[in-house]
Amino acid sequence: MTDMKWTRKDLIGLEDLSADEILFILDTAEEFKKVNERRVKKVPVLRGKTVINFFVEPSTRTRASFELAEQRLSADIVNMSASSSSLSKGETLLDTAKNIEALQVDIIVMRHAASGAHQFLAKNLRCGVINAGDGAHEHPTQGLLDIFTIRQKKKKIKGLNISIIGDILHSRVARSNIYALLKLGANVTIAGPPTLLPKQFEQIGVRVCDNLKDAVENADVVNLLRIQHERQRASYFPSIGEYASVYGINRESIKYVKRDALIMHPGPINRGVELESEFADGDQSVILEQVTNGLAVRMAVLYLVAGCLKTN
Amino acid sequence: MEEKIENRLMDARAMELAIERLASKIIEHFPGKELKKMAFLGIQERGTWLSERLYKRVFAQSGNKPLIGTIDTSMYRDDIGLRKNLSRILETSIPFDVNDRNIVLIDDVLSSGRTIRAALDAITDYGRPKTIRLAVLVDRGSREFPIAADFIGMKYVVSEKEKVHVCFKEHDGEDIVYTKNRSEN
Repeated sequence: MTDMKWTRKDLIGLEDLSADEILFILDTAEEFKKVNERRVKKVPVLRGKTVINFFVEPSTRTRASFELAEQRLSADIVNMSASSSSLSKGETLLDTAKNIEALQVDIIVMRHAASGAHQFLAKNLRCGVINAGDGAHEHPTQGLLDIFTIRQKKKKIKGLNISIIGDILHSRVARSNIYALLKLGANVTIAGPPTLLPKQFEQIGVRVCDNLKDAVENADVVNLLRIQHERQRASYFPSIGEYASVYGINRESIKYVKRDALIMHPGPINRGVELESEFADGDQSVILEQVTNGLAVRMAVLYLVAGCLKTN
Repeated sequence: MEEKIENRLMDARAMELAIERLASKIIEHFPGKELKKMAFLGIQERGTWLSERLYKRVFAQSGNKPLIGTIDTSMYRDDIGLRKNLSRILETSIPFDVNDRNIVLIDDVLSSGRTIRAALDAITDYGRPKTIRLAVLVDRGSREFPIAADFIGMKYVVSEKEKVHVCFKEHDGEDIVYTKNRSEN
């Protein structure tokens, strides 16, 4: 165990973190997970701190998970969405954020379509900034909860073969996973329709596969991304039905997956598209454990960020 | 700059005697059935090392094996945001029901009393013990909260500028208690 200390007041992306910092968050989350299993599921660590959940892009589950995490830490909470904010009246993001800060808010949890928005605010504000998803760039707490779940089940990350299947191009979940898994020494494979499979990931050490069989055959973990129906209009692949038969996990393709491999999905699942129901609910699936672990990971991130805020 | 031990308070022999004495005080305090209800909770990190030593001494002296757990007070501290960084949260493991137990909270050094305040809040989130007592190897004074230990290995009056270090041979290679100036920490 190293003597490192946490010093960041923001969590923007996993690409910026060192392997030690990622492990530090995961270890912290282990202790918060125990809080969620206690009789009293609440600790006073963020008492007196105010957190605003600022979701410029819509979200239900990430937001609910953050909100519950904040409550379990005894923070005061304000929720704000794009439609209710003055951004829709033409106010700039920085002005909105400065106004939020003027209310003595300590941490901003933000989802925003623009990658870079979080970095920009983090630099310009005293508040801590936590990225809850920025466009197709990063979704660090999702990456962390995926890796937390893998580590819990497989007892290690280093040397594992982890395959991420689906729309890699538009996936912030894939990016956060890829950056962090590589730092922790995993072997990462990506696969999906060629139009949704950016080849440049090869340059950072990712194996890029054009077919599902090769991608999952030796995998210890198969992480399936959601096919976003709204993107289908852009004709990245011929049809949902064809996607399901070529890249989905079903009775045919499950034969290539190792019996002890974990099946993961960030949700919401399109049953019968990325994943056939019987495998989404099967004994290899850890999908609901991902959700449970997400709460502990978000509590850990909020705690760490709160501990490093600049004092007035 | 090679930092030498400034002021030795206990050598290995003195530490051993102090721990032996702490164990007998604890056993004396809990007569008969009460001893069976006793559980040790070591405060991370050095309190857990002391609690392992005390566990062995209590067993040797009384034949009774106390329940044993560890507690980290990070989530209950009153100085979140007043420090520039955060240390790793260490393991809290309470593998027994605290309700109706005689909890002996164990730490290496009692100073401001703030850690003990945090530990009391943490324990009561797990249930309602019958009693909570406090055992420390060194009471160094400098109290900021109205908290006192029930079992004390040794009392010293140490200047506020100094920090008391307790080393355990299992982890630090040597049993020793000494003081050092905080700035040279």
